[in-house]
Amino acid sequence: MFVRLVYESFRRQKRRKLLAGAAITLGVTVATAMIAVATDIGDKINRELRTFGANLLVTPEDDSLDVEMGGINLKPSSEGGFLDEADLPKIKGIFWHNNITGISPVLSVNATVESGGQTQDVTVLGTYFRKQLSFGKQSFTAGVRTTHPWWRVSGSWPDEGERSREVLLGERLAAKLGIRRGSDLTLARRPVRVTGILSTGTSEDDQVVAPLALAQDIVGKPGAVRRIYVSALTKPEDAFARRDPKSLSGAMYDRWYCSPYPQSIAYQLQEAIPHSHAEQIRQVAQNEGAILTRIEGLIFLITLAALLASALAVSAAMATTMFERRAEVGLMKSLGAGRAAVASIFFAEASLLAIVGGLVGFAAGGALAHQIGRSIFDSQITVQPVLLPVIVMIAVIVTFAGSAAAIRRAVDMDPVFALRGEL
Amino acid sequence: MTGAPFRSAQDVAASRRNAAPTSMFLRMLVRAAWLRRGRALAALWAMIVAAAVATAMLNLYQDVQVKLGREFRNYGANIMVVGKDGASLPTSAVTQVESVLRGRGLASPFALIVGRRNDGQPLVVAGVDFDRVRQLDRWWSVSAWPSRPGQALIGIRATPEIAPQGQSFDLTFRGRSIHLAPAGTVRTGAAEDSRIFISLSDLVAWTGVQLSTIEVAAYGSPQEIAGIMSELSQSLPVAEVRPVRQIVEGEARVLGKTRSTLLAATALIILTAALCVLSTLMGWVFDRRRDFAIMKALGASARLLHGFFAAEAAVVGAGGAVIGFAAGIGIAAWIGRVNFHAAVTPRFSILPMVMAGSIVVTLLSAIVPISSLRRIQPAAILRGE
Repeated sequence: MFVRLVYESFRRQKRRKLLAGAAITLGVTVATAMIAVATDIGDKINRELRTFGANLLVTPEDDSLDVEMGGINLKPSSEGGFLDEADLPKIKGIFWHNNITGISPVLSVNATVESGGQTQDVTVLGTYFRKQLSFGKQSFTAGVRTTHPWWRVSGSWPDEGERSREVLLGERLAAKLGIRRGSDLTLARRPVRVTGILSTGTSEDDQVVAPLALAQDIVGKPGAVRRIYVSALTKPEDAFARRDPKSLSGAMYDRWYCSPYPQSIAYQLQEAIPHSHAEQIRQVAQNEGAILTRIEGLIFLITLAALLASALAVSAAMATTMFERRAEVGLMKSLGAGRAAVASIFFAEASLLAIVGGLVGFAAGGALAHQIGRSIFDSQITVQPVLLPVIVMIAVIVTFAGSAAAIRRAVDMDPVFALRGEL
Repeated sequence: MTGAPFRSAQDVAASRRNAAPTSMFLRMLVRAAWLRRGRALAALWAMIVAAAVATAMLNLYQDVQVKLGREFRNYGANIMVVGKDGASLPTSAVTQVESVLRGRGLASPFALIVGRRNDGQPLVVAGVDFDRVRQLDRWWSVSAWPSRPGQALIGIRATPEIAPQGQSFDLTFRGRSIHLAPAGTVRTGAAEDSRIFISLSDLVAWTGVQLSTIEVAAYGSPQEIAGIMSELSQSLPVAEVRPVRQIVEGEARVLGKTRSTLLAATALIILTAALCVLSTLMGWVFDRRRDFAIMKALGASARLLHGFFAAEAAVVGAGGAVIGFAAGIGIAAWIGRVNFHAAVTPRFSILPMVMAGSIVVTLLSAIVPISSLRRIQPAAILRGE
């Protein structure tokens, strides 16, 4: 009889059930989408913050001081320590290799450029533009096009082959020499072709930017790299991050090592690359933590507001549908149904609605989150399946809470008034 | 109740004759809401919550640029003012830059030279204004800032070579030398680590070199910053003004994504809140189909009936919007304080938007049930069918 009552109620009051069901579905959709966005926003914004450039720098352990001013390197090219280009792929072998989003090796050398009879001393910056590297079975892309996204080239990027003789010219240097893209010039007694003019807004505007192999060839040190820029997804630094790893005990050390702090990733880079020193670039690394915390906090608070709004919408819809069914309650009571029997029927209906609405809403919310991720961040936002039981539980609780007051009032009412249509 | 005057039927009739024709309308409006104040309050409450959430979200959406913009200025300068073709800038340039900024940003001058150590090794020395650098380049990790002339701040990589025990040292530039005492070390992880910083006045007195660059951290939206840049190049024709693209572009991108996410969330929340209002109000109006039937049976025209329910809805909408707006401003201010440690400016330009939106939603939720009832005979409703 109980099952039949519930079943008939759904069969005969399709419009009302649909309305309540739609409210629950929409509420759960919004809640699911917002929770998914809130849990993923940290990672998404972290990736966007990588447009500020590399946050870690690897230098040779025994390097002499840099003497660079206004884009001109005043240190003799062969002086000081070097890193080995062959060690680069090892960066992808560290514990947090999945958090490394970009790697750019750099070698600055001094050379003279000759063009149309005039000669000029310039600094040549050798680097990768977009180069495929592989470590073990995994292959990844290294180069300035990921670590320095603000670099603009009018023309095309040079070819990066072993014997490449193609370079980029910084825009101020190009203006000074009166060279346009596509022209040929002599760089350190080698004929090179300028494939594009580079604009960065920083010292590279006064330099020649060449493939790493060409710079190594000019200085006569094959495989030499002066520094490596590393772009990594990191966790905002806290007091624990600033501890010295050597002073930590076993378990604490493991926790420090296995957290993606800028410090611990720098430490791991230092371990991976022989004779190196890795340090965070504080301008980038220190500030992204604050930005990330603010944005995450904002989205978290907004998710709370969204959850509140959807809970209110669901309970308002439930209260309204219950209120319309006072006559039914009156009839049941006058036929001898107890308070518990009446209440259990309505709660059974509510939970059925909540479960169906919760399931449909969860799927719709997942799709919505996916859509938001694709249209705003060009990447996936996936809903953790673990959330499903939690979301459905919340839907049931909110639906109960929303209908409880109305059910209680309906049950407490004198059936006579309800049946007469008064109140 | 002594002395309460008894009103005769004639008096009542007379008072009704003399009353303004709108008084009955108003009375019905007020009494109808008062008699079922539980449901009327529920509808109003839903409206308040919806308006409050909408106000808070819209306010935050408009304010987030300013709030996050302030965080982004911790990345330092977004504009560089340098002398054209490597020429130095006039000493008055800093005051000129500051008069253009008028509190819309910070300016920090500096000059760079290559000095020689006693062993003849070259070293980049920067003359800076320490107070300004401290405000502008907040990521510098400095053990102790110089406070007196003749003191230097030494890059962490230069320290072991120049002043390993913190002793004073000499530097020369074009045959003129200076005696410096180390005050502390600076660590940034970038070029600064290999440099030495002294005060700009020390550098000028020592070398006679004038300042070469002014770093400017300007606050504001991309349009405002572009405006500041063009003002700067107008007031300093000898200088080249260029944006720090690394910072400007990164900031624009992160801000853009955050605002889009916020907009999506705002749209979702407002939709949900509107739905909440819609279902509550529709229930309230639908519940009063008896009033509707009685009024119709007593000869009220369709226009009057619609007017009555529309007026009621509009009152709920407008009242809810005003109270909700006040509450929403409060919520936005609270979020601003908790998350950004700064007040969120109330934007009264949102009020008309929230007001219009509320009235549209309430009218919609009144019209839908009424138009579905219109086709039904009043008798059927009164019989309870």
